[in-house]
Amino acid sequence: MVLEVKDLRYHLPGNGRPLVDGISFSVGAGETLVLLGRSGAGKTTTLKLVNRLLEPSSGDVRVSGTPAHAVEPTELRRRIGYVIQEIGLFPHFTVAANVGLLPRLAQWPRDRIDARVRELLALVGLDAVEFAARFPHQLSGGQRQRVGVARALALDPPLLLLDEPFGALDPITRLELQREFRALATKLGKAALFVTHDVREGLLLGTRIALLDGGRLAFLGTPDDFRASSLPEVRKFMEAA
Amino acid sequence: MAISTGLALLFGFPLGVLVAHHPAWRRPVLGLANVFQTIPSLALFGLLIPVFGIGAWTAVTALVVYGLLPIVRNTYTGIAGVDAAVREAGRGMGMTDGELLRLVELPLAAGFILAGVRIATVVSVGIATIAAAIGAGGLGVYIFRGVATVDNTLILAGAIPAALLALLADALLGLVERRLVWRQR
Repeated sequence: MVLEVKDLRYHLPGNGRPLVDGISFSVGAGETLVLLGRSGAGKTTTLKLVNRLLEPSSGDVRVSGTPAHAVEPTELRRRIGYVIQEIGLFPHFTVAANVGLLPRLAQWPRDRIDARVRELLALVGLDAVEFAARFPHQLSGGQRQRVGVARALALDPPLLLLDEPFGALDPITRLELQREFRALATKLGKAALFVTHDVREGLLLGTRIALLDGGRLAFLGTPDDFRASSLPEVRKFMEAA
Repeated sequence: MAISTGLALLFGFPLGVLVAHHPAWRRPVLGLANVFQTIPSLALFGLLIPVFGIGAWTAVTALVVYGLLPIVRNTYTGIAGVDAAVREAGRGMGMTDGELLRLVELPLAAGFILAGVRIATVVSVGIATIAAAIGAGGLGVYIFRGVATVDNTLILAGAIPAALLALLADALLGLVERRLVWRQR
């Protein structure tokens, strides 16, 4: 398993109610686990507990078998691709510099970085000649999000964390990127943890779905099981689809 | 004047970074810098003379104190103004605090920081001229002597170079700003 999460708990210092309350799951290579839930259900918190942007109150996170707490946070995060809704591309860097940043920090030789950037842009469907020298503000929302995915893949991490990466896109671009993401995740054999509140997106992309409700895991199973489930929390979501 | 702006930058810049990253320091540091800024220059000279005596060092100290606020405040404003999503993406992809500061926060804040240096420089030319009153020398000496002897030529001999100096310093820093600062085109 690329990612194993056991009995994960998180509550704010001093505050009683846990935001994440005893969650366990695992994600294997080539698998996309969708974390589905309403706002405040603990989805984003769970993601941040995996890459230690937040420190778990208790529980165990392992990435490729290594306990997350046994590694420096920066070291851990370089093994985990991270894509967020606002993308967070560096506005003063070109597309090529954004995508090539982690290889540069890892002190790859120049030509190897250039080759990797071209490879990654091609992977996410962007023409390197046309886009490499552009700045983020010269791109459309969909193109920016593609660059965000390419950047997350730069060091070829076994695990991807995605926090509503397609949330801000128009419906047509969104569907296009969802389909491409699914093909890409399968092709590259990445383990992906994908946060969304959109049940249709979850059913389309997830090989399994984890439904979070008030910080607890209400359901964990395949999209087919999810559709067939009679759990009231699941039914509420299916009615919204 | 160059020394004092340099010193102000030396102290002010790290203070600005500190304040941006540790909110608890914000109020005391900015508050103190603000207090200094509010004291009239001659009064500040008066307060410093008992400590440092009459002369150039008192003037330099006063100029550093005056230069501090624009630099601290602008460094802080620039860094605090960096998009939270950009910072989080950087941290989330595994950049260390140092890398984030060097590669992302400072370049994005450079415009603000340089604007602060510019203000500090121009202000310090002005105050350096007044510093002649406490025997620190400089162009202000001609102005004060000219005023005392009602000699317009002597006044202008001090005033024109002082004005030109301020304008020149401002223009030079403006040039640096244009060269260095990333801007959305």
